[in-house]
Amino acid sequence: MKQIFEALEKDARLTPDQISTMTGISVAEVKKAIKKAEQDRAILRYKAIIDWTKLGEEEVLALVEVKVVPQRNVGFDAIAERIYRFKEARSVYLASGTYDLAVIVACRTMQEIAVFVSEKLAPLEAVQGTVTHFILKKYKEDGEIFEGGEEVKRLPIAP
Amino acid sequence: MSRSEPVNSRLSKKCLSDKVVALPPSGIRKFFDLLSSMEGVISLGVGEPDFVTPWYIREAAIYSLEKGYTMYTSNKGTPELRAELAKYLNSHYSLVYNPDDEILITVGVSEGLDLAARAILNPGDEVIMPDPCYVAYPAAISLAGGIPVRVPTTEDNDFEITAADIESRITPKTKAILIGYPCNPTGAVLTRDELERIADVVKRHHLLVISDEIYCQLVYGVEHTCLASLPGMRDRTILLNGFSKAYAMTGWRIGYAACGKEIIGAMTKIHQYTIMCASIMGQMAALEALKSNDREVDVMVRDYDRRRRIIVKGFRDIGLSCFEPKGAFYAFPSIKVTGMSSEEFAEKLLMEEKVAVVPGTAFGDCGEGYVRCCYATSLPEIEEALKRMARFIDKHRKK
Repeated sequence: MKQIFEALEKDARLTPDQISTMTGISVAEVKKAIKKAEQDRAILRYKAIIDWTKLGEEEVLALVEVKVVPQRNVGFDAIAERIYRFKEARSVYLASGTYDLAVIVACRTMQEIAVFVSEKLAPLEAVQGTVTHFILKKYKEDGEIFEGGEEVKRLPIAP
Repeated sequence: MSRSEPVNSRLSKKCLSDKVVALPPSGIRKFFDLLSSMEGVISLGVGEPDFVTPWYIREAAIYSLEKGYTMYTSNKGTPELRAELAKYLNSHYSLVYNPDDEILITVGVSEGLDLAARAILNPGDEVIMPDPCYVAYPAAISLAGGIPVRVPTTEDNDFEITAADIESRITPKTKAILIGYPCNPTGAVLTRDELERIADVVKRHHLLVISDEIYCQLVYGVEHTCLASLPGMRDRTILLNGFSKAYAMTGWRIGYAACGKEIIGAMTKIHQYTIMCASIMGQMAALEALKSNDREVDVMVRDYDRRRRIIVKGFRDIGLSCFEPKGAFYAFPSIKVTGMSSEEFAEKLLMEEKVAVVPGTAFGDCGEGYVRCCYATSLPEIEEALKRMARFIDKHRKK
């Protein structure tokens, strides 16, 4: 079964037929496994990894370190939820170390990020402080190298 | 100005070694030349992984350069690499080799094969090997003064060489058998049972075995049995292996040979005068490959397996019978439905549909009627190649 999801994770456009051939598991079984994974939210969504800059679109990202006061009974969960509900918060992680939450914020302009951090994030009651790092360049995301990925330089015919 | 070529060809008969002149040219050279002048070709003719060497291995090699590891190593290879190999062979196959004198680091399995042949053969000694088999086997034996004796293997028998077939070809001149399973070009593997029967024949007739196990980690749904690990076989088996295929390290040229110290000693003698030692950077990289866990190798193997299933089903769907390969990264479909020879098929396919495959005859007469297709290439390329081949088969199917 792991094979099904390993194949899908690499290429979400594979059809159940293809996956069945690749794994030797019947098409019906493959469909069933995928459906169940979707229902269990083991598969959350199918998406493309896009290099927006190549499409001429602007996107500004920032990694925001957030220090918070954990709350009784709910720990960090309640404040994390308050933050991740903002659509600007693309990813939210609880991290060990000198700060608590790592938030990746995505906006169209730097100004929008500044406004989001200063007017939405920082004023939250449980938030003690934030440190904002603007992302200057994307090298690799979700396992994909953006530029200068590796091309295999093989001879076309070899014994 | 006259060109020097005619002079060379006039001289050639006299100035070249008879042994070399008698060697047939490689069956794939022609395609290589054709291919280099074409564009838009999908090549299933490669013989190596489409992965680049995992970064942790490359990084270790870079670090070794930074630290100044640029010298010769001991003839036998670095003590660290030999020690790690001894550990590896012990943990994987319960084999015990003394890293001091029973393991030799070579420049790929190719060198190991050459050394093994030269170390054990006297002129006229016969070496039994399957047909089809890797292109270098008969050549290495001939160059060492031996005589290759080919045992036909067929699709009906899953391209396995059998103990009975081997035994029927044993003569007083037989010195050794040379096998390489998982097999290039067929992708066949040998079952443990068959290997046991072969081991039995080898012991009864006091033969040696040169066992090329370079594809041992690339097996699908079966377990590889190391011939040397069978009872009584350690000192009769010259185990050849290396890092090229499993770790995607073909260009690093690091292989190894393991056997009793008598034979390894003899091989080391030739190696020290001809090669001196394998490159130190490659040995450093190989050491890192062995020391790390095989997680990246496992990922690659599962990836090959998925593509293997796609290509085999693909061939069958377009009407080519295709034996199910259980190892390496080759499929060996039969092209007999076209009535063409393997070479004709490969050439026409390349010219008409721009798909490169290797004619089975490059690997021996028994490869006639088959072509070798490597599936270590991207899925979209495999699917496009299958599409083009379907068109080609439809057009050329024997009426």
